[in-house]
Amino acid sequence: MRQVLIRGADLLGRGRGDLLIQDEVFADSLEAHHDVELIDADGLVALPGLVALHAHLRQPGREDTETVASGTQAAARGGFTVVLAMANTDPVTDTAEAAEHVAELGRREGLAQVVPVGAVSKGLDGTELAELGLMARSAAAVRVFSDDGRCVADARLMRRAMEYVRAFDGVIAQHAQDPRLAGPDACCHEGAISGRLGLPGWPAAAESTIVARDVQIASLTRSRLHVCHVSTAETVDVLRWAKARGISVTAEVTPHHLLLTTDELLSYDPLYKVNPPLRPAEDVTELRLALADGTIDAVATDHAPHARHDKEHAFAEAAFGMLGLETALAVVIETMINSGALSWATLAMRMSMAPAQIARLAGQGRHLAIGEPANVVLVDPAARAVVDANASASLSRNNPWHERELPDPVVSTFWRGRLTFRR
Amino acid sequence: MRHLLSAADLDLLSATELMDLAEEMSLLQGRQVKKLPALRGRTVVNLFFEDSTRTRSSFEIAGKWLSADVINVSAKGSSVSKGESLRDTVLTVAAMGVDALVIRHHASGAPQQATQWINAHVLNAGDGTHEHPTQALLDAFTLRRHFRTAEPDLTDFAGKTIAIVGDLTHSRVARSNVLLLRTLRADLVLVAPPTLLPAGVETWPAQVCTELDDVLPMVDAVMMLRVQRERMSGGYFPTPREYTVGYGLTWPRLQLLRPGAAICHPGPMNRGLEISAEAADAANSLILDQVAAGVAIRMSVLYSLLGGSDDSPPPTREPEAE
Repeated sequence: MRQVLIRGADLLGRGRGDLLIQDEVFADSLEAHHDVELIDADGLVALPGLVALHAHLRQPGREDTETVASGTQAAARGGFTVVLAMANTDPVTDTAEAAEHVAELGRREGLAQVVPVGAVSKGLDGTELAELGLMARSAAAVRVFSDDGRCVADARLMRRAMEYVRAFDGVIAQHAQDPRLAGPDACCHEGAISGRLGLPGWPAAAESTIVARDVQIASLTRSRLHVCHVSTAETVDVLRWAKARGISVTAEVTPHHLLLTTDELLSYDPLYKVNPPLRPAEDVTELRLALADGTIDAVATDHAPHARHDKEHAFAEAAFGMLGLETALAVVIETMINSGALSWATLAMRMSMAPAQIARLAGQGRHLAIGEPANVVLVDPAARAVVDANASASLSRNNPWHERELPDPVVSTFWRGRLTFRR
Repeated sequence: MRHLLSAADLDLLSATELMDLAEEMSLLQGRQVKKLPALRGRTVVNLFFEDSTRTRSSFEIAGKWLSADVINVSAKGSSVSKGESLRDTVLTVAAMGVDALVIRHHASGAPQQATQWINAHVLNAGDGTHEHPTQALLDAFTLRRHFRTAEPDLTDFAGKTIAIVGDLTHSRVARSNVLLLRTLRADLVLVAPPTLLPAGVETWPAQVCTELDDVLPMVDAVMMLRVQRERMSGGYFPTPREYTVGYGLTWPRLQLLRPGAAICHPGPMNRGLEISAEAADAANSLILDQVAAGVAIRMSVLYSLLGGSDDSPPPTREPEAE
């Protein structure tokens, strides 16, 4: 029997205590043996292992940019103990076999649990339902379905998908973006800056109109809707309206939308090209408020690794996406803890409990309590560092925080009692 | 000045100096031997990711009359489809020992990105729907000649009202002209249907109006923008006929202009669409003067970037070869 005693950590910011890890679970610290491995956590905050609700691990298909092994290593460094791997791989995760393959890669090579997200439509082409039920019944037990990267734009397909997944308590995670309002050339937020820079953009309404439609479909179907990467104040308004009516909708925000704004476009650096796009500062303010008051339930990274040669094009022609797993907690501490908008306990809700609940993950997002799986991250709330993209565990370098000073919180991560990262 | 990426790079003094120098350069056009030794031994590459016979040949002649070695490199098509990144293309060309890169690109911002990767001077010859600063300079140069009564000075544009009419959303010419003409103290009115007004136009240093007939009687010059063919079917306006009725400089509208008000168009024109033949060929049309000014302005810009830069010998204005 292996024992690790974490001594004197501030548990979710609610007061100091000891955590005894015994094999894969927490045990009563009074039962620590005399030869227990001791970790002095004086001055550190202990949080439940973080849940990465939305990440792109690129395997299978683009193993030059990320793999399950490298992506989960990045996750462990970021304090995550589970990663939901988006379906837009090559081949797409739209069958039970494909889902089981990703889950199996996770079991073999992962430094965190890997849970596949299933596609809503076959090949993500937005016309026919993928085999949602078979993915749900497979060994991978898929519960989150998403065409992320693309919007389920067809209202009828969206309705059928939502109705269908109700049978097994699934959720449709929508990339809300009207493909007609966000044309094929659009590459950033449409506003004063895009107008000056001559960059084709898409308006906030391309997101909020789809969310407004989808919450009505959620109401109609009595099924669960999850809105991916909310980026606009208008969407926040729609979410408030829907939640007030008891509609079953949840939402996530990315760390980058909590801090970066359209000002980054001025450099034309494709590092800041991301979908949904960076928005003006007024939206950032609203997103922080919505995350604080729970209108937005969760933080999710949308970790999107890309090869350098897919980014070093003209802005309009470069790939969308930025890394996020390693820096997510740092950005949330910077924007939400250091400003006093969130307590540690609420941060744990937004980054662990709520995303685990949305994805119906049984062994994740639990309290730091006896008998629970020993998923825990130790956090130094005061440490800061300058981010170095080249020091990343990710195989990609499209890190928007490169050379910026941010909190450097993660001291160590335990996943089911196993130390997956130590600084 | 290290690069010319945007008309915003120019202040009143530097823009005026460029136009003054272009006046000197334009004297050369009347001579039999059109050659100055100013840029001898310097290499200028016209790196064009998008076809443009007019702009490219104008830069080519400008470089050659200044005795620079001028090479044209065509890199048409998207770098994504070719499999070579923009960075690689730019580095490859710059690695040949280039002093200045004149870049035309179908995507906004490409010349600015290039400055991050290379040491050569970069000159924006039109990037996407962003800017075309030398076009704005030659437009201003042409208008200045038209407006001035005595010797040019810094107030040639003060009190002048200039309307820019047409597809402002997709026009790099309009963006550069708004910046430059405002720097030169002109008052600007932008006229377009709301579908062709760029996002955030209310933050631009110009008035905005959707009725051309209200604007024409009060302007000293009107600049008509080209309607790109792909916009005609893009849903920005119902039909070309309706566009002409609303926003074309038609023969009846010519009568609304004050006597002597100038007519400009960056070309190529769609006669009968945004501009009528009567307007294009009117006595107060400056359209051919704009074309003629292209070489002198580009000589002036190339000389200012390369002739006086720190990495080159001092600009000895050697006696011209006669």
